Amino acid sequence: MAPLAAGIVAPEFTLSSTPTHTVQLRDYRGRPVILAFYPADWSPVCGDQMALYNEVLSEFQRYNAELLGISVDGVWSHAAFAKARNLHFPLLADFEPKGSVAHAYGAYRAGDGFAERALFVIDSQGVIRWSYLSPVGENPGADGILRALEAL
Amino acid sequence: MSRRDAAATLTLPVGDRDHAQGPAAAPVTLVEYGDFECPHCGRAYPIVKQIQQKMGSRLRFVFRNFPLRESHPHAQHAAEAAEAAGAQGKFWEMHDRLFERQFALEDSSLVEYAGELSIDVPRFQAELLQGTYEPRVREDFRSGVTSGVNGTPTFFINGVRYDADWDAAPLLVALQQAAQGT
Repeated sequence: MAPLAAGIVAPEFTLSSTPTHTVQLRDYRGRPVILAFYPADWSPVCGDQMALYNEVLSEFQRYNAELLGISVDGVWSHAAFAKARNLHFPLLADFEPKGSVAHAYGAYRAGDGFAERALFVIDSQGVIRWSYLSPVGENPGADGILRALEAL
Repeated sequence: MSRRDAAATLTLPVGDRDHAQGPAAAPVTLVEYGDFECPHCGRAYPIVKQIQQKMGSRLRFVFRNFPLRESHPHAQHAAEAAEAAGAQGKFWEMHDRLFERQFALEDSSLVEYAGELSIDVPRFQAELLQGTYEPRVREDFRSGVTSGVNGTPTFFINGVRYDADWDAAPLLVALQQAAQGT
């Protein structure tokens, strides 16, 4: 499954960000959005992908870009994970139907039942301008995202 | 779909701004992006020392700051402390001290280390308090992010990110190969 490529209109979605709050992609129209699909909360290493992005948020904000993390974990796992890692950006629960948003973006690992490590930079009009699929065991870093934001 | 380039490379070349050990003309330069509070960096510290001994003047080693501030509450100040010590000619002494005392990195400990290293303590303290070296640490961090640093420690050999195992044996082999230009 290949991730949706640049030039495609980003599929709309509504996902829970907390037990009581949902987020729609269209809420962010007018500013760039970074979607970071990742396999699961609670990766065991320091400086894992989400922790790195948390550190780099101020760099993303220089482009007025919003970062959204997405995995198939439920809202309670996301809440505990975000608290434990002090994350300052929303984690969205692609939980029911499981992985459907990841699937729509070509970023679902059907055999494993979780999302790929896939990145999308969406412009202020809602069009995908850059996407990247990382080997699932490899932290893709933030350099590609920053280059894509720079190029918008 | 875009792919990352085959190998991530340093966007900020090693230069006068850097803290370096070993000759500028050494055939191989090893750059570490590290965090003084990161346990993996703590584990890498004696490995790098061992490799520096083995390679001698064939190796230049550069350390840049990559504090993961949200994960490691003392990392930012520790990085600034190393820079403040560096402003008084004691960067490497402080670098070593911080990795050897990774378990005690509160501000009071940083000041204590400055005293032990015969640094001008009032100046060190004032600079730490004022965040004099915060921009410098931020510049290191940014250069890491744009170079593809995605955690700590991340090493670059002659400007190219080294993604393989950094235990002493494989890292030494990679550096020796780079020194021979193979």
